[in-house]
Amino acid sequence: MSFTVLLGAVEQGFIYSLVALGLFLSYRTLDVADLTTDGSFTLGAACSAVLTIQGQPAAGLLLALAAGALAGLITALLQTRLGVQPILAGIVTMTGLYTVNLMVMGGRSNLNMLREQNVFTAAEAALGPMGKLLLAGMVAVVAAVLLALFLRTRLGLSIRATGDNREMVASSSIDPALTTTVGLCAANGLVALSGGLLVQYQKFSDISLGTGMVVIGLASLIIGEVVTGRGGVARGILAAVLGSLIYRVIIAAALVSDVGAQNFKLVSAVIVAAAISWPAIREKLRFHKLRREVEKNG
Amino acid sequence: MADLLTVAGISKTFAPGTVHQKKALEEVALSLAPGDFAAIIGSNGAGKSTLFGAVAGSFYPDRGRVLLDGEDITFLPEHKRARKIGRLFQDPLKGTASHMTIEENLALAYLRAGGKSSPFSMVGKRDRDYFRERLAALGLGLEDRMKAPVGLLSGGQRQALTLLMATLVTPKLLLLDEHTAALDPATAEKVLDLTRRVVAEQGITCMMITHNISSALSLGNRTLMMDRGRLVLDLSGPQREGMTVPRLLELFKEKAARELDNDRILMSP
Repeated sequence: MSFTVLLGAVEQGFIYSLVALGLFLSYRTLDVADLTTDGSFTLGAACSAVLTIQGQPAAGLLLALAAGALAGLITALLQTRLGVQPILAGIVTMTGLYTVNLMVMGGRSNLNMLREQNVFTAAEAALGPMGKLLLAGMVAVVAAVLLALFLRTRLGLSIRATGDNREMVASSSIDPALTTTVGLCAANGLVALSGGLLVQYQKFSDISLGTGMVVIGLASLIIGEVVTGRGGVARGILAAVLGSLIYRVIIAAALVSDVGAQNFKLVSAVIVAAAISWPAIREKLRFHKLRREVEKNG
Repeated sequence: MADLLTVAGISKTFAPGTVHQKKALEEVALSLAPGDFAAIIGSNGAGKSTLFGAVAGSFYPDRGRVLLDGEDITFLPEHKRARKIGRLFQDPLKGTASHMTIEENLALAYLRAGGKSSPFSMVGKRDRDYFRERLAALGLGLEDRMKAPVGLLSGGQRQALTLLMATLVTPKLLLLDEHTAALDPATAEKVLDLTRRVVAEQGITCMMITHNISSALSLGNRTLMMDRGRLVLDLSGPQREGMTVPRLLELFKEKAARELDNDRILMSP
């Protein structure tokens, strides 16, 4: 793998790490498998692309963040106030967002921004050839640190407790509907920001960018957890960032190898399945080892 | 003195109009004076936990009102009542968040202290010192393990911690739903002692469901007996002092027109 390819993979890894951070918040912390993710990633992408074309890339990122939070709010309201099951609430929002995303992109299914200035071209102009890496890395680190601090505040503790023991939360005078809502807004805001950054990075937006994003984000998180181990907020957040970097490097390696770009989806699916099933496989292996030992030693 | 808790004729039917219809509470009326400690006994399905549910806000009654310290809380959402009502369950896992540390659990319980601190503030040194002091008073050595996840504690330790969480900010009313039933006898006795001490020291008005008839007579100052959704007996004062376990069982038979049947009722201390 050439240096350029590796550099690109790391840059993308930092950008995508916001998705994994969002999923750490919704999936690991709140214990909700939030399928809004696919839709909110594309929503962020679309908002960012449209404003970049208008010459406002930074505002595009802010809009992406806000729009993503709004998408999370809709899922949360469906789930907490209207009694829609968590998974279905996410699917409903995601489905609706497909149309919304097309509307944001002016009815087109993809947008080019090859000539427009964006935050990454600005970073390269200001900081030199490493500008893109520095910007992506800085955004990821700032998001990770802010999330870690947030989860230590009183509100953050309440959100963590909601995923841990919902009943106890209500009896501690915290409204679990409120904490779920705040958590899903923040998670989808992060996911949409990631989509917004990605389209500026690749100068291209597409209606299907977010497809499978929830699986990719989860896979990244789990790959990271294989490295860092589980337990604790700091470790989980580190796992999200580290896992995204590893995931992108693996994908890049697959692309430059004989596997070829046309097999990209299958490679992704295999990586995802392997990563998510890893704990179960490890458990089985342990069990077989234990049984062999017991049988051997009587 | 005005009553602290008034339960005015509440009724609750679960799954009405179906074959599973169950009248869980029927016209239950009772009131507690400030500082009262009432022990509640009754068969399985007598409505003891349902009564607690209606008072704590797990569901709303079909009829009747619930007043706490003069305020009508009948339809106040559970989390809002929780500012004033502490509650412990039989299952020690229910009252604490396993993956969070002792300190973080206490910080959550301390949120009941109210709106002084911003939701974006963190647990400070003053809070931490206060938690340590209160933990030390439990006498379990937990004050040295504040950074340990609660999942590592034993059932007894968890229940003691839950008791501390429920009373960290003194509640107006404490509801104990067989909170020692899942513990081994020695640990149960310890947690019960602790409960007695905390309730007395902080002057908390308290209701406790128990299956131990002799402790229903010895603990606190009142004994309530429920059967089939009704409150059938309310003993206090001299009437209660003269009461014995056999006489109580007989009284139940008179009131409920049947034996007090419950495989979990403990006749002996």
